Amino acid sequence: MSSNTPNEVNKNAQPLIEVKGLKQYFQINTGFFRSIPLKAVDDISFSIREGETLGLVGESGCGKTTAGRSILHLYTPTAGEVIYRGKPIITAKDIAEFRTKATMVFQDPYSSLDPRMTVADIIGEPLDVHHMYKSQEERRQRILELMDHVGLNSEHAARYAHEFSGGQRQRVGIARALAVNPDFIVCDEPVSALDVSIQAQVINMFEELQDKLGLTYLFIAHDLLVVRHISDRIAVMYLGRMVELADAKEIYERPLHPYSKALISAVPVPDPVTARANKRIALTGEIPSPLHAPSGCPFRTRCPYAQPVCAESMPPFREVEKGRFVACHRVEEINS
Amino acid sequence: MDISKLSMHVNVEDFLPATEEEKEYMVQMRPSTTFFRDGLKRLSKNKVAMVSFFIILLITLSAIFVPMFWPYKYESMLGMQPGKPVDASFNNLRPFEYSSTEQARIEAGESVFPHVFGTDSSGRDYFIRVIYGTRISLAVGFFASIIVLVIGLLVGSVSGYCGGRVDIIIMRIVDIIYSLPDMLMVILLASVMKVTLGPAIDGTPLAKIGSNIISLFIIFALLYWVSMSRLVRGQILSLREQEYVLAAQAAGAKGSWIIRKHLIPNCISVIVISTALQIPSAIFTESYLSFLGLGVNAPMPSLGSLASDALNGLNSYPYRLIIPAIVISLIVLSLNLFGDGLRDAFDPKLNS
Repeated sequence: MSSNTPNEVNKNAQPLIEVKGLKQYFQINTGFFRSIPLKAVDDISFSIREGETLGLVGESGCGKTTAGRSILHLYTPTAGEVIYRGKPIITAKDIAEFRTKATMVFQDPYSSLDPRMTVADIIGEPLDVHHMYKSQEERRQRILELMDHVGLNSEHAARYAHEFSGGQRQRVGIARALAVNPDFIVCDEPVSALDVSIQAQVINMFEELQDKLGLTYLFIAHDLLVVRHISDRIAVMYLGRMVELADAKEIYERPLHPYSKALISAVPVPDPVTARANKRIALTGEIPSPLHAPSGCPFRTRCPYAQPVCAESMPPFREVEKGRFVACHRVEEINS
Repeated sequence: MDISKLSMHVNVEDFLPATEEEKEYMVQMRPSTTFFRDGLKRLSKNKVAMVSFFIILLITLSAIFVPMFWPYKYESMLGMQPGKPVDASFNNLRPFEYSSTEQARIEAGESVFPHVFGTDSSGRDYFIRVIYGTRISLAVGFFASIIVLVIGLLVGSVSGYCGGRVDIIIMRIVDIIYSLPDMLMVILLASVMKVTLGPAIDGTPLAKIGSNIISLFIIFALLYWVSMSRLVRGQILSLREQEYVLAAQAAGAKGSWIIRKHLIPNCISVIVISTALQIPSAIFTESYLSFLGLGVNAPMPSLGSLASDALNGLNSYPYRLIIPAIVISLIVLSLNLFGDGLRDAFDPKLNS
């Protein structure tokens, strides 16, 4: 499947991050000395161009967060590789170097900040870890610069995280992710814990920072409208696998995979007339347990178009149109 | 009368836009405080904890400084002057009583320092013996707790952070030490070390401290770190699942960094309270070992050995038992109350 990596999408932009056949299994103990693998992420491949934002969507428990963390090697991937600027990340030295180029913004702005550290120390921690300054004054200047980037007042530097609101805390988390001057940031549902009004501010800030600092994002979310707003391309995940990857606009207007169709139809539309005209595709059944995934296509148990062939073999993640990848045996029949 | 005063119309000129200076004046910024200073502020408001703290301070300071100017020595038998017959009138004096020789000196116009708590059966000033005993007990309590703290913290944090096989092995060792009968082990170790350690440290500066005290420390180091390490491990097990630990890992921090910068600072309140409670338990252990004759070497007193000696003359001189008992109780009670106060002041969950 690795031959299908969609890095041909745009030949003029160099892929910054390439993910090839990434697998992340966790051993779950089911009894005494017995364990079965939980396939949290199962064989996903994609690439992200420099300066691009790739949105990663899917329902809860489909492995979005795990995928983000495995890419950063916060978990040791079971199989597959991550290639940064043409260089695979393999040894501990590669990982250590990669950590200064790729960082992460976390979902929960409450538990992701150490309650015993001041804001300056939280933001300065990556600098301390990588010895990225020569004097205390230089460190202080850098921290104030970062706080300015994310719209925090310099007077806040000596305060503790619990003195801030959720939005401000998330800004601290973003400043921390920016500290080492990264190229690539994995944003793990960075706005889902915030109020809607604050969400907009933070999302806009992400975009401003991207323009200003030339960042590349992997933006994980389950809020489809947020993802659509910020992403250039969108990848849809289901049960640890990627089912569709396409341009953000295309996937909203013309989703190809049956799961994407259902997902997109669930997006609320602000105009009641259009909303009434749209038909919502309701999926039946529960999402299967990733411990006992169905044979063949993982989506076949809930798919309205399922045929015997779907139970027999796993559909390959293939390029059906230029830059459009879909994992479905019957994609042509369904969409014709 | 100016009719405009009664008018409901608003005079626009009264409402000028505020200048920058005026705006600045309205902004209230609370001066930022550190976590430590915040805790101290809360602690100083807790009356019980502060009283306990001053009692501990008073006892500690007097244990350190009183022997420096007190005219009697803890080991000198006042009735035994070189070249003179033993003066038995110094033995078993009651509080503020004088021996016959001292009486004679007072009548001759000399001033004699009183025996505040009287003297013991060998004619040694009891007050200075109690002070010395306090010194020994406190030293044993503090140092033993520090040993327990260091070992427990190290083992517990490694076990909790590494998890997996390392954790299983360390915890089984802890279980084994737990399952040994405490008291029996302490008595056995103390009596074995009394024999082996004595000759080994002869002539070194350690000899002055006495083999028994050193063996006490070793016993604490060997046996009492287990509960501390379990406590620390439990705390770290729950803390390492926090997202800020993951964030530190994402920043490239190593295990030792994460333990030092994130995990231990976040369980410090639990560590402080259990160390504060460890001190009285160490003092208790020292006292009962001394009481059983396995504690400090004579003539060095400790509060436990003083109480033990006092048993012989309990009917005639009950205060000799009561005084060290009160001192032990005071130390233990105030340390416990102060520990509670510390926990209340530094527990982040009570902050809001």
